[in-house]
Amino acid sequence: MLKQLTTTQVWVHDQEEALAFYTEKLGLELREDVTVPEFGNFRWLTVGVPGQPDVAITLMAIPGPPVFDEETQQAIKTLVAKGAATGLFFATDDIHGTYEELKGRGVEFSQEPTEQPYGVDAGFRDPSGNQMRVAQRS
Amino acid sequence: MVSAHPARHLLRAKDLVDARYRESLDVNALARAAKLSPAHFSREFRREFGEPPHRYLLNRRLERAAALLRSTDRSVADICLTVGLRSVGSFTTSFGRAFGMSPTRYRAAHPPALTRAYVPTCVLMAQARPETACFEKTGDQALASVASE
Repeated sequence: MLKQLTTTQVWVHDQEEALAFYTEKLGLELREDVTVPEFGNFRWLTVGVPGQPDVAITLMAIPGPPVFDEETQQAIKTLVAKGAATGLFFATDDIHGTYEELKGRGVEFSQEPTEQPYGVDAGFRDPSGNQMRVAQRS
Repeated sequence: MVSAHPARHLLRAKDLVDARYRESLDVNALARAAKLSPAHFSREFRREFGEPPHRYLLNRRLERAAALLRSTDRSVADICLTVGLRSVGSFTTSFGRAFGMSPTRYRAAHPPALTRAYVPTCVLMAQARPETACFEKTGDQALASVASE
């Protein structure tokens, strides 16, 4: 029986850019940053929400050969840039404060805080194009 | 500074539609968001997302109008203006083409799904957007059909 979700993943175009965004703009904390020379300098890079140590987000570079052929790598990059890849949902206790805070740091919102039957939520993107949402459930 | 994937700029224009469809957006403003010339922008947008930007904007407005019809008791005219369309007549015509019925009948036919499940707005906005829509000139007939509803 599965016990717990520990790690989730988003494809990113550039790990440095993603790290700066997720830590400096979103305020997440760096968890692991390990580069493995024997795996072609594969970089295992994870961040997480402060106060939630048991769930991490892997900021995964989109690999080329030998993992994916170049065409596949390019296709994934394009899908991410078009907003057709995956996303992350966050929760907050103060949606309006969070919105102002993140917007002030230059986060691009595609939806300002909006009343929903389940609370108030807002939508934004990471630099690569991944969809992010933050909600204050009522 | 990392150079972004070309499609990322186009996504920015698409996000601008989703964020500000209530305002009088035009292709020039969207092209600026994508950092492209208007003609080049429309071509590239269509190539990446399968429809021209003005149609994406209209369909977004119609999708949001449909959501308001399902979840509020506001009038059709009020909803039309709220989603950034100025003519109730052309709104009703476009809505009919997209959803196959008038806004009033659509409202009656759709009890709000959100009372049954927690559906995030992004899912609604993606899934409930009509496939095709086109601009229509305002006609007296369309206005009359709204007035009679």
